[in-house]
Amino acid sequence: MANFIDRRLNSKNKSTVNRQRFIRRYKSQIKKSVADAVNKRGVTDVTSGESITITKKDLGEPVFHQGNGGIKDRVHPGNDQFSTGDRIARPPQQQGQGGGPGDASNSGDGSDDFVFSISKDEYLNLLFEDLELPNLEKNQLDKLIDYKTVRAGYCADGVPSNIDIVKSLQGSIARRIAMTADKRRQLKELEAELTQLEQAPHDNVQAKITLNKAIKDIKEQINKVPFIDSFDLRYRNYAKQPVPTSKAVMFCLMDVSGSMDQATKDIAKRFYILLYLFLSRTYKTIDVVYIRHHTQAKEVDEHEFFYSQETGGTIASSALELMINIIADRYNENEWNIYGAQASDGDNWADDSPHCQNLMRNKILPKTRYFSYIEITQRAHQSLWQQYAQLADGDSSFSIEHIKSVEDIYPVFRSLFKKKIEQAA
Amino acid sequence: MTKRKPLDDNSDWTFKKLEQYQSEIARVAEHYRLDTYINQIEVITAEQMMDAYASVGMPIGYNHWTFGKKFIQTEQTYKRGQMGLAYEIVINSDPCISYLMEENSMAMQALVIAHACYGHNSFFKGNYLFKSWTDASSIIDYLLFAKKYIADCEHKHGIDEVEACLDACHALMNHGVDRYKRPQKISMEEELKRQKERESYLQSQVNMLWRTIPDNDKSHDKAKVSFPSEPQENILYFIEKNAPLLKPWQRELVRIVRKISQYFYPQKQTQVMNEGWACFWHYTILNHLYDEGLVTEKFMLEFLHNHTNVVAQPEYNSPYYSGINPYALGFNMFIDIRRICEHPTEEDKAWFPEIAGSNWLDTLHFAMENFKDESFISQFLSPKLMRDFKLFHLHDDNSNNYIEVGAIHNESGYKKIRMQLSEQYNLSNLEANIQITNADVTGDRSLTLRYIPHQQVNLADSKDEVLKHLYYLWQFDVKLIQEDSHGVDEVIAQCPKAKIQGEKKATV
Repeated sequence: MANFIDRRLNSKNKSTVNRQRFIRRYKSQIKKSVADAVNKRGVTDVTSGESITITKKDLGEPVFHQGNGGIKDRVHPGNDQFSTGDRIARPPQQQGQGGGPGDASNSGDGSDDFVFSISKDEYLNLLFEDLELPNLEKNQLDKLIDYKTVRAGYCADGVPSNIDIVKSLQGSIARRIAMTADKRRQLKELEAELTQLEQAPHDNVQAKITLNKAIKDIKEQINKVPFIDSFDLRYRNYAKQPVPTSKAVMFCLMDVSGSMDQATKDIAKRFYILLYLFLSRTYKTIDVVYIRHHTQAKEVDEHEFFYSQETGGTIASSALELMINIIADRYNENEWNIYGAQASDGDNWADDSPHCQNLMRNKILPKTRYFSYIEITQRAHQSLWQQYAQLADGDSSFSIEHIKSVEDIYPVFRSLFKKKIEQAA
Repeated sequence: MTKRKPLDDNSDWTFKKLEQYQSEIARVAEHYRLDTYINQIEVITAEQMMDAYASVGMPIGYNHWTFGKKFIQTEQTYKRGQMGLAYEIVINSDPCISYLMEENSMAMQALVIAHACYGHNSFFKGNYLFKSWTDASSIIDYLLFAKKYIADCEHKHGIDEVEACLDACHALMNHGVDRYKRPQKISMEEELKRQKERESYLQSQVNMLWRTIPDNDKSHDKAKVSFPSEPQENILYFIEKNAPLLKPWQRELVRIVRKISQYFYPQKQTQVMNEGWACFWHYTILNHLYDEGLVTEKFMLEFLHNHTNVVAQPEYNSPYYSGINPYALGFNMFIDIRRICEHPTEEDKAWFPEIAGSNWLDTLHFAMENFKDESFISQFLSPKLMRDFKLFHLHDDNSNNYIEVGAIHNESGYKKIRMQLSEQYNLSNLEANIQITNADVTGDRSLTLRYIPHQQVNLADSKDEVLKHLYYLWQFDVKLIQEDSHGVDEVIAQCPKAKIQGEKKATV
């Protein structure tokens, strides 16, 4: 007796819950692994998931089991050289020697790490757990209307490239059936008459000839109906459909004057990566504008932004001015969600700092969703920080943070975007 | 035998062909008196097979991270190609559920049907251990009950609480079985009926045990001085009944883990026999079909190719060697028993007077029904098989710097090898022998466990971690003692690790 059941169409992800439980339990280790992985990524690489490493020791499920030492008796197959009483030097490490049932896999002393992959979404969720974009409510309303072309049935005219062959031929068949229906009925009647005549005892030669001619005529008429007619043609119709989209542009401003060394730039780079990843959770398309400056500002590509060395003094306002110009040129604040991040070691020409505050207050902040300034320095704060600090006090869309070393990046980032409970409520 | 028209041997399977093969296999199985539960054969995909792997053979598993870990591990090794998936999984239930993988060829499906649906199935139904320890008809219901109960608990008490409790139970899972007495069968109806009353009743019992109001009857106090009166090997059972501060739902979780542990206990003890029996029957049944002309040479070649892979035994110095292959040992032993019955040699007559020349089918069924690995080997391992396997025994005493060859496959060694191999499958030697000796009911409520080493093998370092889990359940001091070489008890682990004295001794 047996019943066969085809279970292949049943859901296959029975283990999903357990997988989530696993991730939930090892969240702290996984998060650490995720945070480490951030440093290895390029700024705009967000398409991939991440492989996670957890040391096996942490994963162990301890049970009582017998350890090493003592007396062990084992039976092995394949004796090719031993006699009773032979003595063999003990191998330095007894590995793989006779794992009896039940006691394998219990020993948690393997040093191998447990490596597994998480998807991109899981990765980003873990990375940015408990974080949120400030002032997002406002942004949601500002979602842009974009148009997408979608198929919308068929129409009777259009360009040849849009001809839908199947639909057109269906039309052709229908038309031919409709146009010949009458004639075919006549044809049928004539043919029936003919067969009657042929079965008749008399030899109606003349009647047969007439009938045959009539049949031939009708057949010709039927055949004359064109196979395809411009009337049959159907074209695929396309319509424009409005889709709400949200576009964001992220301005990366960095001081590249002589005082900024490569280590400082690396820290800045990591910060920008985080910001990019974070924004990519909310926005599908993100433009990134790189502006570097010393005494003058310049828009550059990613590589040049991070890796070219400049010398000279620092006028931070030049970058802000360039940003304002670029916004005016290309990124209408009604269409784009504008984010800015400025990184600097704090050096700035002292007279320029009040000007920076001014530009920021009047020109930039009104247009941006959020602007963060990070100062990467071991030294005391200078004028730019002080000017910005005054600004940050009164404005929730502007914040400043201080990073001393690499370890600070992630915590600082988190503190910048920490969920504000009273806001969220 | 009359030759019949062979079945379609095209390697693609269809449900119609599965039915045909199945009914032929069933006919042959009946001819050999294989008594089975009704088969429920489910065709599944590779992903579903990985799901089934992760839940360690339970068709319905409760949710726990450890199953997620197993799933991820399986998925990883499978995707990297380090491991093929099993062709089948079979569940000891009534009806007996077997999973077939969709990518198996027709020959493989036939092999699996013969192996799982008639081999394993009849073993589950016939072997005495399965008969007395498990109740195939209620296991699915019970697992369903367990899953629902645990889900309810998570809802009521939070995932973290439930998880911590299950972690602790899992750590002691191997010690949740009554080794020395026959258990009660688990039954769904009984569970549901009793569960509610048990909750309150149990709690009242525990309260009685731990009540602090002075007892007027002094003789009563004295009687309680040693509790439990006898050492308890079923730690989870003891916890369930006696842990002072556990909440009723936690006791129920302990019970669920314990019952599941009990369900798997016979499988641990009959690996060689169970696989050997199944291999013997897929081999015998399919050869029978071949003799009848029902399957073709093409079919048989593919079948034999897979069969030989399964029952291959690498030798000790082979890079593929990882202990004795239970499939190989079991299969060859059953084949050998049949040989002893049908064509006994003088040696066989001397070693197995009672079965040499007997009806092989009767003998095989007798062997399947009444033994477990340990006793099966000590009863039926023949000198011929020891020679074929070239078995030898290594004696490894840690106090020597060499390993000694204790016995080889010769006249003077047969008995010793057979005894040692049998011991190798004796669960009570393999698992740590730990018993609860004392719960200080009237004093500080501490719990004392004793480890009795087998052949001077110490407990592995994981004991400290396990004790933490036990402490979680007991919630008062827990200590593990072991007799040292002078016959004095020393504490080898305790939780919490407050007392320095114990620490010092343990590190010596």
